[in-house]
Amino acid sequence: MDILYKNLLAFSWQDIVMILIGCLLIYLAICKEMEPSLLLPMGFGTILVNIPFSDALTGPIKELYSAGIANELFPLLLFIGIGAMIDFGPLLSNPKLMFFGAAAQFGIFFTLCMASIFFPEIDAASIAIIGAADGPTSIAVANTLGSKYVGAITVAAYSYMALVPIIQPPVIKLLTTKKERQIKMPYEQKSVSKLTRIMFPIIITVVASAIVPQATALIGFLMFGNLIRECGVLDSLSETAQKVLANLITIFLGISVAFNMTSEQFLKPDTLLILGLGLIAFIVDTAGGVLFAKLLNVFSKKKINPMIGAAGISAFPMSGRIVHKMALEEDPQNFILMHSIGVNVSGQIASVIAGGIILNLFS
Amino acid sequence: MNISFNPMNFVSNLRYMGIGMLVIFVVIGIIIGATILINYLFSNKK
Repeated sequence: MDILYKNLLAFSWQDIVMILIGCLLIYLAICKEMEPSLLLPMGFGTILVNIPFSDALTGPIKELYSAGIANELFPLLLFIGIGAMIDFGPLLSNPKLMFFGAAAQFGIFFTLCMASIFFPEIDAASIAIIGAADGPTSIAVANTLGSKYVGAITVAAYSYMALVPIIQPPVIKLLTTKKERQIKMPYEQKSVSKLTRIMFPIIITVVASAIVPQATALIGFLMFGNLIRECGVLDSLSETAQKVLANLITIFLGISVAFNMTSEQFLKPDTLLILGLGLIAFIVDTAGGVLFAKLLNVFSKKKINPMIGAAGISAFPMSGRIVHKMALEEDPQNFILMHSIGVNVSGQIASVIAGGIILNLFS
Repeated sequence: MNISFNPMNFVSNLRYMGIGMLVIFVVIGIIIGATILINYLFSNKK
């Protein structure tokens, strides 16, 4: 009869809390539709690893973690799928938009300084990369640096990406006037040749990797996925990368990240602080992009709607759509979607480069 | 718990902020230049 209650009695309050956190992630995924593809597997994995004597923790989840997270393989494979989903057309027709993507990475380095007040350098750098607003980059960088907070960093990154519609608008409104938000930016359609679309991922990989070699894997896999999409002769591979590969890796990634979601690793004051610093990263990212656009307006005759700077974070395509929606709310005739999406796409590239820079500085 | 409190670290790490943002803008600037060149070389010529 011991077997009936021996294992039940092994539950600690910490295990119960973590199981509740797992349930919360599942609730957010299903009922609030916040990044369900990641939060649901993470939530369920959290439940699995916090049951006392769980063989999921010592068995398959540990193996999946070793096979795909510890060696950064899963995030990189996911990047192939993400690259295959991205259309760089709006960016190629107006490449200068990429500067906004660069400016919107400011939150990473600001958060690095803030986090260093509380954490050692390696952990501070890993926490700062939450500001990349990109799950695979956050996981890859935190793992490579050997941070012990990969679980908390992953939860923060994906949760805040899902909360972008709540985080960004107040920051944007605080930093801009109504008149600025109403600035119109006419879109001049420029055709982009197929050869340009093919050469872009190749040349960007070579250029970015030559300067920041630690970003080679991240930018290379992203651009590889894009090349599969743009080459025109691999439609089935492109479709596989966008759908099957991305979905498969997402499942494995989500559940294997739970390896870091045990109560010993997660239930610490450090975790709350990391969640707070992650929020700061997103806020300062948004502010950085908007303020950069306002700075350019001081010198530029052709005014820029400063809201597009906020789209420079890597939460694609949500951030671009939010900015467009805010512009329409101010003026129903103001269509800045192509600009905001172009900036949003550039944020994907800039965040990966930022990840490489962090690795270069701290590994 | 691995938290300490060293506010001076904020100041000492500002150099990473400077270096990081400078490198990002330089790399993005080069990418923009490369993209403009690609557009020029491989555009649909009429």
